[in-house]
Amino acid sequence: MLQLDQLRTEIHSSQGIVVAVDGVSLAIQPGETFALVGESGSGKSVTALSISRLLPDNACIAAGDVRLDDASLADLPESEMRAYRGGRIAMIFQEPATSLNAVMSVGRQLVEAITTHTELRGEAARAKALDWLRRVGIAEPERRIDSYPFQLSGGQKQRVMIAMALATEPALLIADEPTTALDVTVQKQILDLLLDLQRERGMAMLLITHDLGVVSQVADRVGIMYAGELVELGSKAAFFAKPLHPYATRLLGALPDVDKRGHLLEAIAGSVPPLYQAFEGCRFAPRCYSATARCRGEIPPMYEMGGGHSVRCFAYAPEAAVPLVRPPLRDMGEGRAARQLGDQALLTVENLRVRFPIRSGLLQRVSGHVDAVHEVSFSLRPGETLALVGESGSGKTTTGKAILQLLRGTAVVDGQAMLGDIDLMRAGKAELKRARRQMQIIFQDPFGSLNPRMRVGEILAEGIQSLRPELDLAERRRRVDALLEQVSLPQSALTRFPHEFSGGQRQRIAIARALAVEPSLIVCDEPTSALDVSVQAQILNLLKELQQQLGVAYLFITHNIGVVEYLADRIAVMQAGRIVETGESASLLMSPRHDYTRTLLAAVPRVVVGEADTEVLLPA
Amino acid sequence: MKIVVLWTDWVVLLVLLGTLAYGWKVMRQPHLAVTWRKAFNTATGTSAATVLAVFLVIGLLDSLHYRPAIAGKADAYATETRSVLDDILHHQQTGRERSYSAPLAYQGYEKEATVIDGQATRAYLRLQHGGAHLDQPEQQWAADVLLRTVAGVGLGLLLAAAATALAVLLLARKRRQGLGQAWRSLRRGQVGFPLRAVLLTLTVLAVLAGVMAMLATAYHVLGTDRVGNDLLYVVLKSIRTALVIGTMSTLVTMPIAVGLGICAGYLRGWVDEAIQYVYTVINSIPYVLLIAAVVLILMVFIDNHPDLFPTSAERTDARLFFLCIILGMTSWTELCRLIRGEVIKLREAEYIQAAQAFGVGTWRILSVHLLPNVMHLILISMVINFSGLVLAEAVLSYVGIGVDPSMQSFGTLINTARLELSREPTIWWTLATAFTFMFSLVLSANLFSDAIRDAFDPRATHK
Amino acid sequence: MMTYLVRRTLYSILVLAGINLVTFFLFFSVNTPDDMARLQLGGKRVAQEAVERWKAERGYDQPLYFNAQAGGVGKLTQTVFFESSAKLLRLDFGKTNENRNIGWELGNRIGPTLALAIPILLISVALSIILGLGLVFYRHTVLDTWGVVVLVGLMSTSSLFFIIMGQYLFAKLMVITPVSGFSPPPGMFKFLLLPVLVSVIAHLGPDTRLYRTLFLEELGKDYVRTARAKGVSEWAVLGRHVLRNSLIPIITSIGLLLPALLAGSILLETFFGIPGLGTFAVDGITSQDFSIVRAMVFFGSFLYVITYLLTDFAYAWSDPRVRLK
Repeated sequence: MLQLDQLRTEIHSSQGIVVAVDGVSLAIQPGETFALVGESGSGKSVTALSISRLLPDNACIAAGDVRLDDASLADLPESEMRAYRGGRIAMIFQEPATSLNAVMSVGRQLVEAITTHTELRGEAARAKALDWLRRVGIAEPERRIDSYPFQLSGGQKQRVMIAMALATEPALLIADEPTTALDVTVQKQILDLLLDLQRERGMAMLLITHDLGVVSQVADRVGIMYAGELVELGSKAAFFAKPLHPYATRLLGALPDVDKRGHLLEAIAGSVPPLYQAFEGCRFAPRCYSATARCRGEIPPMYEMGGGHSVRCFAYAPEAAVPLVRPPLRDMGEGRAARQLGDQALLTVENLRVRFPIRSGLLQRVSGHVDAVHEVSFSLRPGETLALVGESGSGKTTTGKAILQLLRGTAVVDGQAMLGDIDLMRAGKAELKRARRQMQIIFQDPFGSLNPRMRVGEILAEGIQSLRPELDLAERRRRVDALLEQVSLPQSALTRFPHEFSGGQRQRIAIARALAVEPSLIVCDEPTSALDVSVQAQILNLLKELQQQLGVAYLFITHNIGVVEYLADRIAVMQAGRIVETGESASLLMSPRHDYTRTLLAAVPRVVVGEADTEVLLPA
Repeated sequence: MKIVVLWTDWVVLLVLLGTLAYGWKVMRQPHLAVTWRKAFNTATGTSAATVLAVFLVIGLLDSLHYRPAIAGKADAYATETRSVLDDILHHQQTGRERSYSAPLAYQGYEKEATVIDGQATRAYLRLQHGGAHLDQPEQQWAADVLLRTVAGVGLGLLLAAAATALAVLLLARKRRQGLGQAWRSLRRGQVGFPLRAVLLTLTVLAVLAGVMAMLATAYHVLGTDRVGNDLLYVVLKSIRTALVIGTMSTLVTMPIAVGLGICAGYLRGWVDEAIQYVYTVINSIPYVLLIAAVVLILMVFIDNHPDLFPTSAERTDARLFFLCIILGMTSWTELCRLIRGEVIKLREAEYIQAAQAFGVGTWRILSVHLLPNVMHLILISMVINFSGLVLAEAVLSYVGIGVDPSMQSFGTLINTARLELSREPTIWWTLATAFTFMFSLVLSANLFSDAIRDAFDPRATHK
Repeated sequence: MMTYLVRRTLYSILVLAGINLVTFFLFFSVNTPDDMARLQLGGKRVAQEAVERWKAERGYDQPLYFNAQAGGVGKLTQTVFFESSAKLLRLDFGKTNENRNIGWELGNRIGPTLALAIPILLISVALSIILGLGLVFYRHTVLDTWGVVVLVGLMSTSSLFFIIMGQYLFAKLMVITPVSGFSPPPGMFKFLLLPVLVSVIAHLGPDTRLYRTLFLEELGKDYVRTARAKGVSEWAVLGRHVLRNSLIPIITSIGLLLPALLAGSILLETFFGIPGLGTFAVDGITSQDFSIVRAMVFFGSFLYVITYLLTDFAYAWSDPRVRLK
């Protein structure tokens, strides 16, 4: 039904012409779910936008064709293309919060879609809109139809987006990371809804995602993209039974989960090459263990491997195939067993309660409080990793910041927190300085957590200067050099600015900064959720190694269950500001006791490797 | 000779030093250097900067003041304060006519009472300076003007050629290429910097300047005004006034705007409330009326305290100085609001929280983490304000609350032009002159500020 | 929303009080009442009794801020500050030096000023929005490029030139409109035509460019992509989605435009001889009448505060996130 033929999309940027999508060919059948998978910068979203020709002004389809049934979309005049857009091809996007028009009621936005593509007008269109709101599972649609987007939750907004996309009964739905911005339990609901509606309507779906777990749950066929190219294409069953491309195998190896606890993850060194250059060989070659001179000097074609499974790699060439080399399995060594957890608690938190004041009325007086965290208690031993797991708004980040005393002045914090012998909540200036030497923080956003106007050397030295003023310049420099060594960054980094580094490297700098004062506790606030899977693996490995060497304890705040399974010694599950369940990692994951924990764990989409699912038959 | 430094001269010098210091800093900071290179990477931006630079040089020459020694006496100086520009334009300054004369004219614009052959009559009289070298102007004038124009064009082209040759030479040395190759890549615009546009702009300017210079030795190129002053001289003197107002007003009040904006945004609470209240109050007073009130009060103050301002130059200068301060006072609120908004966003940034987690002091967070990250706003607002202030000066001077009426400025010039336009016969050249110079100054400032905004504002999409 | 509006209103009153304080400080601190009296009565050789009489007539003979001689509340109320400020807050402006009632003058003059300012505001905003949308519709074409060039040209031209050239062309050469003057409503139109036209043209450059920037910024947002993905036509995207969302910054920018409008009206009124507030202020400045200037500063601020308040109301109405709170 939908066919991409050697699609090439170019973006004109200040660095030159970026070929974001290069020679992508694929076909999607009616009723099929095709998942296009890739890390950031792989060109998957640009592919989706190219199909419906919603590219930004500086981008255009340079070559190739997009065919929907008999029509060639690439050269359709804009006015005719509009009939396809929203009519035959519908789209939903990643950010439901910004994808809806904030000053228009959801009803009007829905009706607009309906009147654009159907004959329905007025009351009839509104009735149809109501009907669709009900079908996507919005409670009280009669009331909600006149709501504005800001009055709905994230999940409800995405449901409205789905209603808007499907109300015109399209033949193809393009879903661009539809659940990435949502919590895992909501993600499950949305995915289930999409699959139900797809089955009911028999429409085709192109799912753009970076999450192999989601792919494994919902896709019929899979295409893997790397640096603008499709590198592997096949049925889901065949792909997960035996991924062929070295990139695909390594990507699966980089996913953290419970089975990989003992050893380091298979991080893929390096990063995706910039796309404004001309390539002479395989684009993955610089990061591939198996790469040979042929890989570097010759561009590999797609090899058909039978059963619709094809791969772009010389390892599968009919003649003179390049031998595949397995990456060396990196063990943790004997360290894992040797890691000593102290008996004395490093940090004890009792009845922590955080309330943010609400101001209202004429004089903006504090009229009440929102409780962000209630009665939270836990303790942490030296060298231990406690994962604080929860969905957005569960209060996990607030808990971390309250312990670090970063909320003084903005929120009311009650309860007790002891770091060693320091009573954090009541600590005066000098004591707090002493406490700050022992606890540090790593943030989520590697781009926002480093001051863009400071050199890396200054960033690293700032903490030492502030908390260890007794150290002289030479000692400070010696320490900064040692820190770079610890996080495997070159010495030349010292005089450079943060923007010269990639996301993963920046996160290393942030880790080095936290280590600068030799803390015994680091609060890791979602340190990998802004990173791609392969880079996430690098950072998780680094954190694990550092814990081995330095015996530092982590309070690991995350929503990513895979990371928790891989890293945590103990887990505390948070919901609506409370810890609902705490326990040793293995026992909690195997036999969760609280309902919420069960729902949470059940909602996590998991990659099922090696399952030969023969039930999925592709329609011819 | 005794060097005189007026208040505004100090400011001009400080601005110059500050710009040089900033330039030195930019060279050392790669991210700043990259952004500045981006600003100078567009042909329009760079050409505009070139034109602005010419205006700046004129303004600078006019800011070097001194009092000439009186010949024959030691330690005695003339009361009149002169600038280097006055020396350069000495011929224009002293070559006064009796009244109006059209550009390049050799006789007066209106008939004057005179005695010819013993009879009192009205006739067009020859000018004292303009075209005075011609014996028979009716026959010689056209040829003379043409000759001088051609010579001026030739001179301009010669200068431009010299500049181009220098550029090619430098380019060839820098790239280690042959001269021919350097010239070819320059001509095709392949030097990674819009050098071609700069040279073209310089050529146009050089030709204009050449023609002006050649003609100005014998004529009043732009005509004369009611009291016979050479308009070229008047308009060139107006440039300094415009520049001083355009830069100083922002600079004087920038520390207030930045300091209050950062404090309000970072400290929040009652500090924020108080600062917001202050700028809402000031913002709510119509600025024209506020300026009018302050100027009026100031005039009374100066009248009542003659001892503080002994010479007329100082009085005029003090009025200009205070006008700048008032203009700045009325425009700082906007910058303050912008900075406050940005800092509120920035204080949630994770690097600020990281600094807090290290127990870094408030003062250091304000100065090291916040200030450098709002610098681009300050720069953008400065260049945007510049043209607005130049335009505002004209309006205020027209209403009579701008600079001292005796001071040359675009506003006073337009003010006279307006009355002249309604005369019969119409005197058009004052308005045309004021318009041309003011338009090119403001236009180049606008284009340059666009280039800077594009380079420095991450959200700039207006191009 | 009501709380929001009531709070804004109360804040406005507080701001007016602040303005009152600032103007009083300006007018009475730099120059003492004695200085003012001498200025009015002419020169330095005025007898001290005349000065005292002049001050007493205006109630300036009391201490400025604090009256130590009075008792109780009188310590604060029997002062120049309290007397004149309290009157101003009640919109009692006192008299000019020629003993005319300022309040009466203001009431007479506000009509012509509004008759000039309101059409200018409405026409220039509407026209700029339409032109801005047009340029955005034809973005990345020659039309847009040249449109922007023209706008930058307009921006770089002093409004004085527009006025002078307008008068020269329309009134002197073509004799379509009178050069200047004013008459009450029926004949008002022909007198207002030229100043309104000139002012709209002068505002066109900066406004259109600002709106074009705002629209372009909105165009890059996600919801626009959603609208396009629905197959909505480009004009509908601009008119229904982009314009509605840009209204909030546009309303803010109108608030920022008002100072320029008032400055412009002073200019226009003096140029075109319209007996509005602007000419009154200029008269006050030229005759060095402090009472007029001070009254104008306060009254101008009063008008501002009211329009800012209206802007706040419009803002609250246009943004459902504020309206439904």
